[in-house]
Amino acid sequence: MIRWDKGWRLILRLACALIVTILFVFPVYWLAAISIKTPEEIYAYPPVWIPGQVHFSSYLTLFTDGDAWSVWNSLVTAGISTTLAMVIGTIAAYSIVRFRTGGDHLAIWIISQRMIPPICVAFPIFLLFVSWQMVDTYLGLILLYTAFNVPYVTWMMRGYIQEIPLELEQCALVDGLTRWAVLWKVVMPMARAGLFATAVFTFIFAWNDFLFALILTKSEVVTYTVKVTGYFGSQATFWSKISAMSMLGVLPMIFVVGTMQRFIVRGISLGAVKG
Amino acid sequence: MSSAFSRTMDRERVFKYLLIAPAVFIILLIGLYPLIKLIVTSFQNISLFDNDTSYQGFINYARLFDDGRLWESLLHTIVFTVIALPIELVLGYLLALLFLEKLPFKQTLVALILLPTIISPIVAGSTWRLMLDQRFGPINQIIGWFAGGEVKLLWTVETALVWPAILIAEVWQWTPFMFLLLLAALSNVNKEQLEAAQIDGASRWMTFRRIVLPAILPVMFIAVLIRALDLFRVFDVIWTMTQGGPGTFTETISIYAYKMAFREFEISYSAAIAFLVIFILTVIVVWALRRVEVAR
Repeated sequence: MIRWDKGWRLILRLACALIVTILFVFPVYWLAAISIKTPEEIYAYPPVWIPGQVHFSSYLTLFTDGDAWSVWNSLVTAGISTTLAMVIGTIAAYSIVRFRTGGDHLAIWIISQRMIPPICVAFPIFLLFVSWQMVDTYLGLILLYTAFNVPYVTWMMRGYIQEIPLELEQCALVDGLTRWAVLWKVVMPMARAGLFATAVFTFIFAWNDFLFALILTKSEVVTYTVKVTGYFGSQATFWSKISAMSMLGVLPMIFVVGTMQRFIVRGISLGAVKG
Repeated sequence: MSSAFSRTMDRERVFKYLLIAPAVFIILLIGLYPLIKLIVTSFQNISLFDNDTSYQGFINYARLFDDGRLWESLLHTIVFTVIALPIELVLGYLLALLFLEKLPFKQTLVALILLPTIISPIVAGSTWRLMLDQRFGPINQIIGWFAGGEVKLLWTVETALVWPAILIAEVWQWTPFMFLLLLAALSNVNKEQLEAAQIDGASRWMTFRRIVLPAILPVMFIAVLIRALDLFRVFDVIWTMTQGGPGTFTETISIYAYKMAFREFEISYSAAIAFLVIFILTVIVVWALRRVEVAR
C-alpha cells in the first residue's frame, strides 16, 4: 500500500515537473518554430503551432541580405574580449590570492565595479570613445567588454584559485620553478575547470549585451542583439528575421545548458553558491 | 644570505603588482574615468545646443526635484522590482521543492528550465513580443479558447496590459535563476536534522522556520540581492517590448536616463540622473551588506 502510494506520488511529481518544463520551454519553441515556418504559416490565422515542414529560408535570407554579419560581429567581440578578460582577470586573481595584494579592499573594489548600472556610465564612455575615434570599431567594443568582464573574472577566479592547495605551489618553487612557471604549469592546470566555466560565462555576458552595443555601434560592428531590436519597426515587423536572428543568438546557449549544468550555479551566483 | 632573501622578496613584490596592473589599469580607464567625468559633467550645463562647460553648481540636481517624469520612472522601477522579485522568489522556491527529491530525467528537465535565464534579455523580450502578438501570437489564441471566441488583446500597447506583459517576460526569464540557486541551497540542508525534526513531531512550518530557512537564507539573500540590483537597472527587456511606451507609461529609470542622454542630449542633466541612481544603489547595497554582518 505504501509503495503504491509512493509510486503515484512520483508520477504526480514527474507530471508537474514536465508541465513546468513545457511552460518554460514553450516560448523558445515558438521562436524556433517561427524561424522555420514559411511566410504563409507565419502570418496564418489562427497561428500554426507545428510547422508543416522545415524551411530554412528565414536563415538563408539573413545570409543573402548580409544581416548574418552581425552574428559574426558578436562572435568576434565576445570571443576576443573573453580571452583578454580571462588573462587579465586570472593573473590579477592569482596576485590577490597568493600575495594578498591590496588586502580585502582591492577585491571588494574590483567586484563593486560590476554593481554600477551600465546606463549610468554609458554617456561618459560614449564621449570617451568618440574622442578616441573608437565608436563603431571592433577595438572599441572589445575594449569595453574586456573592461566590464575583468571584475567578474577576477572575482570568480579568486574563488577557484583559493581552492588550490598552497603546498603544490611550494613544492614547485622548491623544485626551482620560477613564479611564472608555477603560475602556468601548476596553477592554471589545477584551475582548468574554473577557467573553462568562467570563460563561458564571460562570453555569455558579452554575447547577451545590448546597451553598450546600442550606443557604441552604428553600422560596421552592429551586434545581433542590436539587429534584432531594429527589426521591430513601426510599419512592418520582420517576423522571420527576428526569429531566425534570435535563434542564432540562442543556439550557443542551448549548448551551454546542455553541457555545463554543473558550473552554472556557481557562475550565475557570482561564486556565492559552490553548487 | 639575507640580501639574496630580500632580492627574492623584491622580485615577488614586483611580480605581484605586475600581475594586477593590467586589471587595475583597465578598470580605472573604463570604470573610474567615466564616473569622474559623470560627476564633473553633472555640475556643468551641457546639452545639444549648449557647449558651455562652465560650472553651474547644483542647477541639475535642483532640477531633479521638479522632474515629475523622473520620479514616475523611479516609482515604476521600484514597484516593478517589489512585485517581480517576490513572484520570482516564491515560484523559484516551489520549483526547487518539486525538483529536490529524485526524479527521472531530472538533469535534462533542469537544463531545459534554465535556458531562459542565460539567453539575452533582448531575445527574451522579442520572443514574448511574438508570443503576445494580438493576431499571430499563441497567448491570445489560448485565452480565446477559454473565452470562447476571438480575443484581440493589445499586450504591448494598452495601458492596462503593458506592465503585466513585461512582468510575464521578466518572471519567465528569471524564475529559473531563483530556482537553480534555491535548489542548490535546499539540497545542502542537513538531512539528519530534518529526520530528527520529523521524529520529534515538529510541524512542517516549524521545520521550515527553524531548520530549512536558516540553512538556505545566505543563498537566498545573495540571489535576492543580485536580482534586485538587476531589476533596478532593467532596460533590455522593456526596450524591446515597449521602448518605455505607450507614452512614458513603462519608463524605468534606466530607460528615462537613456532617452535623456541619447535622444534629448540633455547631457549634464542625464549625468545628474545617473549620479542619483548610483547614489541610491550604493545606499541599498551598503545597507544590505550591513544587515548581513549584523545577522552573522
